[in-house]
Amino acid sequence: MDHTQTLTRVTDRFGAGRFATSEFRDNFRLLANPADLFELLTFLKEVCGFDMLAELTAVDYLRYPNAKDRFGVVYGLLNTQSGERLYVRTFLNEPDLELPSAFTLWKGADWLEREVYDMYGITFAGHPDLRRILLPEEFTAHPLRKDYPLRGRGERHNFPVIARADG
Amino acid sequence: MPLELIDAGVRESADEQEYLWTLNFGPQHPATHTTLRLILTLDGETIVKAVCDIGYLHSGFEKLGEDLDYNQYVTIVDRMNYISPIANEISWHHAVEKLFDINLTPRCVYIRTIFAELARIQDHLLNVGAAALDLGAFTAFLYAFAQREKIYDICERASGQRFHPSYTRVGGLMHDVDDEWIRLVRDFVRDFPKTHNDVTRLLNRNRIFIERTKDIGVLSKEDAINLSCTGPIARASGVVRDLRKDEPYLAYRDLDFKVVCAQAGDSLARYLVRMEEMLESLKLVQQCIENLPSGPINVDVDSKLVLPDQLSTYRSIEGLIQHFELWMTNRKWNPPVEEVYGATETANGELGFYVVSDGTGVPYRARTRPPSYIHFAIFPYLIAGHQLSDIVAVLGSLNIIAAELDR
Repeated sequence: MDHTQTLTRVTDRFGAGRFATSEFRDNFRLLANPADLFELLTFLKEVCGFDMLAELTAVDYLRYPNAKDRFGVVYGLLNTQSGERLYVRTFLNEPDLELPSAFTLWKGADWLEREVYDMYGITFAGHPDLRRILLPEEFTAHPLRKDYPLRGRGERHNFPVIARADG
Repeated sequence: MPLELIDAGVRESADEQEYLWTLNFGPQHPATHTTLRLILTLDGETIVKAVCDIGYLHSGFEKLGEDLDYNQYVTIVDRMNYISPIANEISWHHAVEKLFDINLTPRCVYIRTIFAELARIQDHLLNVGAAALDLGAFTAFLYAFAQREKIYDICERASGQRFHPSYTRVGGLMHDVDDEWIRLVRDFVRDFPKTHNDVTRLLNRNRIFIERTKDIGVLSKEDAINLSCTGPIARASGVVRDLRKDEPYLAYRDLDFKVVCAQAGDSLARYLVRMEEMLESLKLVQQCIENLPSGPINVDVDSKLVLPDQLSTYRSIEGLIQHFELWMTNRKWNPPVEEVYGATETANGELGFYVVSDGTGVPYRARTRPPSYIHFAIFPYLIAGHQLSDIVAVLGSLNIIAAELDR
């Protein structure tokens, strides 16, 4: 897939070198600061025609070789007319784990952002209903973080046991 | 209650909220088929608002993916969409092989294509059958299940397991198929059109079925795109997109098939798209099985990516070393330190995996883009304003698989 047209438009609007690019296999990525993210996503949707948010996920780089930042968030955008895919990546560090919500651009971001919040504790400012989605409300940890152990912290064993006689 | 207390004037001035009531639907309900819960706000029997509550089957698949290696995790992805398990395996290894940059052998590509299409038929059969079952047509469900049984037999013949085959491996397959398997697939291709015809004749002109699905749960094309819908649900709304055509993988570039689309975007259109897709899938299976290439199913052992066959493991030192290399927990593969998103078109839509590698044999992050999760998020938009009884019609047309929804 040819990305030159999108790249030219982004350069014309934001200036050259504002966003670093990288490519691996067929994934073409733009690297954005959290501060520029919303402006870039809006531009990509409104002007470049990326009308679908195909994927939104996060990665915890705590034990990643040579990683400088703690969390990465990836937006997989898709232009349903041309079939072009573009990945926008941004990096976050504690304690400032907040990104602008993409819900106003793509309604599909609703549950995807809730899942990232649930699993990583990254909050999305402006999300209409940012609650846990897969885990129960009273859960305190964010289990896909790398410092959360595989077998949990004993949450499973702390439920009150209801014996048949009391039930 | 004394009659004079019922005063029409008082009721009219009461707050609107007084007439709304809340109904809990699920998590265990015959029509949800799986474990999911809806909290409905109703005005009489009209749904004002629906809130989805999910997570009942959450079992931490993605966390497990960070602990199991690129081959072992295939047994877990199997259990995501358990209606068409082998499609998940193909999708997982598609993403992994993109990361490793592996070109599969032609025979492997064709066998995987056959399985991907059989999985699509398997999934659509259950979806169509169960949707009809929920709306009161029991027979179509039985016909559909009889054919699903044949596909289970095909999986069993190839892999030894009926339900969760765990058949794909990095760079190939568990083992080769035999003549009996080819005969089973040919029998299926021969017999399936009759069942398809039976189901069509039971449902397509069935007045009850049509009246309960037509104009129910209408999804416009703009909403389908904005809400990230893919697969038959998007295509029933007029989004002409199919990864098999748009980003061809496996053998789809060589094969002749059509992308089935509809305009209406209602539950009936989703049903019709699925019915037609089954015939297209059958055409694909037939083309693949009649043109099945000979040759090896795994990439070259010298690439150090696949397990050597049993004979060379036991009889040669190179084979033994290679076998050990892939099984020792501190050796395994050496993928590039990179991350990649790979997706395939499964029965439900775009099933993608975002694989992050830290250079070891175990993925650093194994994110799934589950179509059921994204499609269940659109449910509150579809159901608002409909009747309570329409819930089963809409849920049935979305094909929500809770194991994939919650992972």
